[in-house]
Amino acid sequence: MNEDVVRLLSPEGERIEHEDYPLEADHDQLRAMYRDIVLARRTDVESTALQRTGELGLWCPVLGQEGVQVGAAHAMRSHDYGFTTYREVGMFQVRGVDPVELLHLYRGISHASWDPREVGLGIFTIVIGSHALHSVGYAMGIQRDGADDAVLSCFGDGATSTGDVHEAMVFASVFSAPVVFLVQNNQWAISVPVTRQARAPLSVRAAGYGMPSVRIDGNDVLAGLAVTRAALDRAREGGGPTFIEAVTYRRGPHTTSDDPTRYRDDGEVEHWASLDPLDRLRRYLEAEGAIDEEFTARVAAEAEGLGERLRAAIRGMEDPEPLGMFDHVYVEPHRQVQADRAAMQDYLASLELR
Amino acid sequence: MTQMTMVQALNAGLRRAMENDPKVLLMGEDIGPLGGVFRVTDGLHKDFGDLRVIDSPLAESGIVGTAVGLAMRGYRPVLEIQFDGFVYPAFDQIVTMVAKHHYRSGGITRMPMVIRIPYGGGIGAVEHHSESPEAYFAHTPGLRVLTPADAAEAYVTIQQAIASDDPVIYLEPKRRYWDRAEVDEVSAISGSPWTSRVLRRGSDVTLVGYGPMVRTCLEAADAAAEDGVSCSVIDLRSLSPLDVEPVADDVRRTGRCVVVHEAPVVLGVAAEVSAQVTEQCFFHLEAPVQRVGGAFLPYPPNRYEKHYLPDVDRVLDGIDRSLAT
Repeated sequence: MNEDVVRLLSPEGERIEHEDYPLEADHDQLRAMYRDIVLARRTDVESTALQRTGELGLWCPVLGQEGVQVGAAHAMRSHDYGFTTYREVGMFQVRGVDPVELLHLYRGISHASWDPREVGLGIFTIVIGSHALHSVGYAMGIQRDGADDAVLSCFGDGATSTGDVHEAMVFASVFSAPVVFLVQNNQWAISVPVTRQARAPLSVRAAGYGMPSVRIDGNDVLAGLAVTRAALDRAREGGGPTFIEAVTYRRGPHTTSDDPTRYRDDGEVEHWASLDPLDRLRRYLEAEGAIDEEFTARVAAEAEGLGERLRAAIRGMEDPEPLGMFDHVYVEPHRQVQADRAAMQDYLASLELR
Repeated sequence: MTQMTMVQALNAGLRRAMENDPKVLLMGEDIGPLGGVFRVTDGLHKDFGDLRVIDSPLAESGIVGTAVGLAMRGYRPVLEIQFDGFVYPAFDQIVTMVAKHHYRSGGITRMPMVIRIPYGGGIGAVEHHSESPEAYFAHTPGLRVLTPADAAEAYVTIQQAIASDDPVIYLEPKRRYWDRAEVDEVSAISGSPWTSRVLRRGSDVTLVGYGPMVRTCLEAADAAAEDGVSCSVIDLRSLSPLDVEPVADDVRRTGRCVVVHEAPVVLGVAAEVSAQVTEQCFFHLEAPVQRVGGAFLPYPPNRYEKHYLPDVDRVLDGIDRSLAT
């Protein structure tokens, strides 16, 4: 990893002071972040297993990226709002999205199932980069409300090549929208390396929009917390958008359908495994005396319970009733949907008569 | 009643919607101090300010995409796409996000958004300024599609579109922007916009049009009457949902139907109307449903317009084809 990144916690778990990002995290919050990474990782592992046994159609592993995700989500206030991709399992964990609900999508029974208003996290978009614009629009709404909320907009290195991300940067900048762009540069867009998206560090782009940027160690949960918090505070105080590039690595496949052995070396993966976000946080907390064996065992048991709960919920999940697919196409009744629904109902009834 | 052009009627309708609901805001290119290239938003920036009348960067996907976020935050954005041919950069946001979001969210998040698009030809414009993209939007579940035929309709239906909790593609027939009509600004808005309007009852042929072609159909009906052919004229008004029932009711009396639009005929709105009329009225039809519209080619240079666009003679030709069977 390049050394020109903000890092508050070394891979060995040593605390590094940074003059721009002083951080006073109390032990409760540090323990909560540890727990969130462990639980997010358990959701990840369990979901891959459920996909491999045919219970889910797909899963998008997050292994390696949980550090910045959990740190940044802990930087958000309850009224702040986040827009994510499908891979932000660490954020879903912190914001309180039930992993069972998350898996409805991959089980194929609904497109999304949590209430964004309750968790302050929009349902994610799968078309890459589209939601960058939604986050800026939401932030423009905050401006019009005169509120001091802020928006965290998450996307990856691949998304930075899309037109929508460019337009989002333009709108955010010229309207001084209270939004923070958090780019997780995990080095790979499926099989395409970040060098095919950019010739310069992604963070350099922000200057062209008149926007400050920071490059951080994406495997450092404390850097994720401190830098995101500073950027969100700047946004809510009227300072406008900030661009954060979190340098990290996707150690698993893009999805369970992907085969990364076709495009990258094992050595690269091993290198990044040595920079694991959970390992360094645990080393730090142990050295600080913030956690002990009793605590880690309790969290491990909680993770085990989460795994059992996921397996039971997913395996027992019934297919939805056929007419349910007609629900919510429109808010107000629509003649065509009503007609098609009635035709389906008649057809199904005719099958029962035969 | 006030005499107004369609541009003035839309302006008055937008103003009234903004006065009635502080969550209504406008966004688009050049809609601020300039008042829009067609002046539909004239004076609104001065009276409602920067926060509610937003001159956007020159980026259509950005306009629609940020409006998605504004809607999530509880606003009712009314967007102006400057011309029909410039909507395609926003097509992904419209089709992938705006149309589907309420469905994807399981009914939790609404997209009360209006996307105004001046459309259609007949004004001698350069390319990308005369297109009729309605079938794309009418083919997309989750969107509603409205198109007013005259100033009185525009004043009422723009307000109804803004009041809708579903996203509405609002297609403004730009060649009718300067046509005048009596507009009732006093009465309360009533009735559903999602229905066809029967403008005239005849006995021989049912003429069906929408947007810019409604006036053309009315003029064709007058001309046909001089030849002793009595035509009904029906304005579809709503292209999603389509309201074919009044058309079918009329065709059961006349036995003949001619459907008119500017867009290419193949796989267009008229094809769907024709199919539904045939399904519902097969044993009442005296002739195949006739379609009158554009040929299957990109909108041509404007010196071809008089040959490309359906006019009174082309509609009369459609009537003749129907009567010849």
